[in-house]
Amino acid sequence: MIQRAIPIARYWWSYRYFVRSAIRNDLRARYARSKLGLLWALVQPLAMVLIYTLILSHLLSAKLPETSTVYAYPIYLMSGMLGWTLFSEALMRGLGIFVEQGELIKKVAFPRALLPVIAFGSATINGAALLSMMLAVFLFLGHWPDIHYLWLPGLIALALWLGLSIGLLFGLMNVFFRDIHQAVPVVLQFLFWLTPIVYALSMLPPEYHGYFAWNPVAKLTAAFQDVILYQRNPAEWHLVLLGSIAMVFTILSAGLYLRVKHELADHL
Amino acid sequence: MSVLINVENLGKAFRTYPSASQRIRSWLGLRTKGVQDVWVLRHLNFQVFAGEAVGLVGENGAGKSTLLKMIAGTLAPTEGKVELLGDVRAILELGMGFNGEFTGRENARHGLSMMGLSAEEAEALLPEVEAFAEVGDYFDRPLRTYSSGMQMRVTFAVATARRPQVLIVDEALAVGDAYFQHKSFEKIREMQQAGTTLLIVSHDRGAIQRICDRVILLENGQISREGDPEVIMDYYNAMLANKGNQKHSVQSEQLEDGRVATTSGTGEATIQRVSLYSAETGEPIEIATVGQALELRVDLHIHEAIDQLVVGYVIKDRLRQDVFGTNTHHLDQVLDNLEPGQTLDYRFRFDCNLGEGSYSFSVAAHADDTHVRHNYHWKDLACTFEVVNANKKRFLGVAWVPPTLAIEHSTTTTGEAP
Repeated sequence: MIQRAIPIARYWWSYRYFVRSAIRNDLRARYARSKLGLLWALVQPLAMVLIYTLILSHLLSAKLPETSTVYAYPIYLMSGMLGWTLFSEALMRGLGIFVEQGELIKKVAFPRALLPVIAFGSATINGAALLSMMLAVFLFLGHWPDIHYLWLPGLIALALWLGLSIGLLFGLMNVFFRDIHQAVPVVLQFLFWLTPIVYALSMLPPEYHGYFAWNPVAKLTAAFQDVILYQRNPAEWHLVLLGSIAMVFTILSAGLYLRVKHELADHL
Repeated sequence: MSVLINVENLGKAFRTYPSASQRIRSWLGLRTKGVQDVWVLRHLNFQVFAGEAVGLVGENGAGKSTLLKMIAGTLAPTEGKVELLGDVRAILELGMGFNGEFTGRENARHGLSMMGLSAEEAEALLPEVEAFAEVGDYFDRPLRTYSSGMQMRVTFAVATARRPQVLIVDEALAVGDAYFQHKSFEKIREMQQAGTTLLIVSHDRGAIQRICDRVILLENGQISREGDPEVIMDYYNAMLANKGNQKHSVQSEQLEDGRVATTSGTGEATIQRVSLYSAETGEPIEIATVGQALELRVDLHIHEAIDQLVVGYVIKDRLRQDVFGTNTHHLDQVLDNLEPGQTLDYRFRFDCNLGEGSYSFSVAAHADDTHVRHNYHWKDLACTFEVVNANKKRFLGVAWVPPTLAIEHSTTTTGEAP
């Protein structure tokens, strides 16, 4: 086992410049020929936050418990959005990666396992950019960071891992059943509204609270809200649960990949 | 010689499932029914040795590209295995996953990284890539502004920037202008001389014969023949000429000098004898001098009634490249409605305006102006002869094209006007 693993690892390691170059190209390709470049990554979630804040903040701010700042609602919204955006973007990256990179997979022999690494790398950089811009907005609103922000790198990695592992599984299936790529965004839209991001769980009648326990993404966004807005530790067992789910999807994706890899290029 | 590529019982099937549910069952490891494998290639066994150049020929759909992709590693075999002992570079198609928004330089840099090079190695190779591609200022412009020929130049320059142990080329030589085709061909030869093993798919007979030591003919997903490029290419051409004709047969026969002559045809008319004579003396000859008047005699026998008969020949050089060919259609002497039992004696007269060397005649009897349809009989190496230069000044090449020369002297005056 180890005897086989070492040359494979060395082979992958020889492609480290490729990974770097691919991540750089990926980021540049997203905003090629646009003047504002990476700023656009922030515009969409911020626009959404602005809309909800303007429409809903006066109705809802009074109902957000345990908060001291007057900007509690926009910060609540933005921290939830940060977790959601990282998760859903990573999921969509994983979903599209095989079909988008189809030409490359068909034409060039390189370690395929590096594709998710590249996706994770570019999603991390995007996520970090999004986070730093949101932090700038928080500072502007007078909401200062504290020690609990140290959770953020770990939470970001967890959100990306969870999204990517789920995305990869459906991405592999999508090579064979292209409907999946159309269906997933619809499901995500439902999931977004089933997750307390725009509203708080405390605003809903208590009898519905039980259903939200079944939504793991709600645990993810809650962790972001805990750390950023409430400035407290997230529930550890939630993080363990999310990590376990991500692990299960990673194993399922790897298992499905091994089963379909000999057919993959034929269907791209 | 050491083996660089070892192909063992290799097969590729495209698997079709009767329904989505059957495919999902296969993912879950459950029993499936109605799964059909369409085999594109099967039971392939061959080896390629270090420094060898192997050509791969076959009709469209014979599985050439699939085989190359499996060796290059972009397609996974369904059964059997490909073993590679060395680094492989493949020029399979245009592009290498290049991005049209990025400049040629950026794409080249990324393309080099895709070969597993480090940043420093890639940076060091870039000037060479730029120089070889010869796209000028375009190298720093987005790839989407390139013509397909320019994209090909960059692709080829990147793929050959560092000499690999095995180079796989799939028809890539057919893209681009004549200048770059020639240049890339030279580059491939250079690599070959430096020890690179080549695996080439091409429909260009000349290219195959100039480069390859061995040719593998693929037919219906299997290796049907393998061996000397001339022999296999003759056989392949004969096979192509008579596609879809049931009566048709192809034979290869070993001549006394060890060469292999291919004959084929449906047999309504057969070429009995092909011989070369001096047109002046009428004596049979094997050695002709440059410019000598010659006569090629072709004796034919008619076995079955045929509507139309065209007889043609091609003079080929030592490498079996066509030097000159014509037939009775082009000479306006097509014969119609021939009866069984007739014997015909064709005499073609011409001046031997050929350079020194060894030549052969391929002779064919067929119904139309080309031998592709209704080939009655076709004989490669039907007659061979030698050309020597006995009474002309020394010259180069396969053709005797003597010029007359005029040189004009004139003096350009410079300085002040008178």
